Amino acid sequence: MAIGAEAGNEAPQARNDGPTAITDAKRRYRAGVIKYRQMGYWDPDYVPKPTDTICLFRITPQDGVDPIEAAAAVAGESSTATWTVVWTDRLTACDSYRAKAFKVEPVPNNPGQVFAWIAYDIILFEQGSIANMTASLIGNVFGFKPLKALRLEDIRIPVAYVKTFDGPPTGLIVERERLDKFGRPLLGATTKPKLGLSGRNYGRVIYEGLKGGLDFMKDDENINSQPFMHWRDRFLYVMDAVNKASAATGEVKGSFLNVTAGTMEDMYERAEFARELGSVVVMIDLVVGWTAIQSMSRWARRNDMILHMHRAGHGTYTRQKAHGISFRVIAKWLRLAGVDHLHAGTAVGKLEGDPLTVQGYYNVCRDSFTRQDLPRGIFFDQDWCDLRKVMPVASGGIHAGQMHQLLDLFGDDVVLQFGGGTIGHPAGIQAGAVANRVALEAMVKARNEGRNIRAEGEEILRQAARFCRPLHQALDTWGDITFNYTPTDTSDFTPTAAVAH
Amino acid sequence: MMTNPVHRITQGQFSFLPELTDAEISLQIDYGLARGYAWSIEYTDDPHPRNTYWEMFGMPMFELEDAAGVLLELQSCRRTFPQHYIRLVAFDATRGVESVVMSFIVNRPSREPGFGLIRQEGQGRNIRYTLHGYVTDRPEGERGE
Repeated sequence: MAIGAEAGNEAPQARNDGPTAITDAKRRYRAGVIKYRQMGYWDPDYVPKPTDTICLFRITPQDGVDPIEAAAAVAGESSTATWTVVWTDRLTACDSYRAKAFKVEPVPNNPGQVFAWIAYDIILFEQGSIANMTASLIGNVFGFKPLKALRLEDIRIPVAYVKTFDGPPTGLIVERERLDKFGRPLLGATTKPKLGLSGRNYGRVIYEGLKGGLDFMKDDENINSQPFMHWRDRFLYVMDAVNKASAATGEVKGSFLNVTAGTMEDMYERAEFARELGSVVVMIDLVVGWTAIQSMSRWARRNDMILHMHRAGHGTYTRQKAHGISFRVIAKWLRLAGVDHLHAGTAVGKLEGDPLTVQGYYNVCRDSFTRQDLPRGIFFDQDWCDLRKVMPVASGGIHAGQMHQLLDLFGDDVVLQFGGGTIGHPAGIQAGAVANRVALEAMVKARNEGRNIRAEGEEILRQAARFCRPLHQALDTWGDITFNYTPTDTSDFTPTAAVAH
Repeated sequence: MMTNPVHRITQGQFSFLPELTDAEISLQIDYGLARGYAWSIEYTDDPHPRNTYWEMFGMPMFELEDAAGVLLELQSCRRTFPQHYIRLVAFDATRGVESVVMSFIVNRPSREPGFGLIRQEGQGRNIRYTLHGYVTDRPEGERGE
């Protein structure tokens, strides 16, 4: 009987061969349709090998579809299976190629959903290719009719496969050494308005922000080469601003030049121009795709360039809890694919993110070894085998008045991006930058002195505002602004499920 | 005088705050010691942002237990080089870090002339930029007042 048949759905002609894997080859390979778990995609006794990739899926089967059969179907459709028996399986060591669902559990507090653990043999994935791994794991299977919804929650990538990737071209340690900036979060701002500024006006914003005290300025995700500003104009004016600000402060400064374009050839051309002009960093958008990301990573590695990743588009598939991919999986793939910066949420700003879940993403970026941490949505231990670390970026609706919360949540290794919170300052862009830098330094100093910044943060900011008028103005303008909405994506786990809310 | 908002070189963790007192410096040193960092003292008369290797004032202090020892060395360095930039640097030898994790300036010359920007015009509108520290027009050892 095929999947879905129990509910009276129209099913292909079915054979009735029992509930578990059919071991007798003659019966197993008789033409027709059998259940996925009869094909060998369900094995509750399977012990994953150290070289297996393990995926945790959240499955919402259609009404009447048995959860175990649904899990076996996901294993099948994300590895070798097709809907019917094929004799050509017998020309292969087919058991190796079958992914194996080995555990299914109900999702706590979410009736109708199950978590399924599925193991994949290392032979299934081409070395050093996220495109290949994703084509299997998030390929056809996500459109599979017998499932209402499917989400890839987490992934354990075996050491053997991790070692086939170069990872971040620079990594957060070397980035700090190159920039000569230690012991505090880095500060940035995205140039606003994101569209419409000419190159000349755009460079003005860059100069003011950097001279005022920011480490970085940033192109937005959709600034490429539109009619109002050709990319070469932007790069030329921005680099004049960067160098002028560097001279004015004696610090290394940078601006994330977005080289995203319609073709790889155009991206390389733009990146090379950025290098010629002496930029320390280029940026790309997640929408360029895995292969383009890995190509740009190679380019960045060959050219001593920091590679900034803006996660444009991820919300289309990461935000909804029942369907898509968790961002923690995207973050793991991006660390392998090799980016140096990754937008990973703010928890307190304008964009989606429950604080613990967001901390989980940060840990995936920065850990040497990530431990299972269910409240933060981390289901697996992950050994990163000394792969360089990604610097997470917090960006979107954050301001100086939240500095204590941001430092408490994320620690030192993060880029804090205050776009509106710099450029919208009532006394101008430099004043906005000063406010952020003073708030940051005052908070780091207070934390190091042993003060409890979570409890005393607002007082620490007020004290600093006494000697810093721009900070005083920033707190007056935004001190009360918060974005308190219920997150849509929180972790579901048994021991203390209430903590996640 | 430098024209940035704090009128001085803004390298290090705390350049936008009022000068740290020795008591405040001690608290920062304690924070590092509690985490197992090794402190060292470095000085220079060439604060170009790409000048990575400031001079070492003695070896990194690997086996200290309290801040007093570092502070003593710092005072000695300040006496010897009152018109130099001096920074305190903390090093973390943990696998996967093995780098500087704190760095802040604790002494500055009384005058900070800063940097000029030299633009060399190339093909098209391409420009090559060079940061030139005004102090480095004078030889080493003759840059203080």
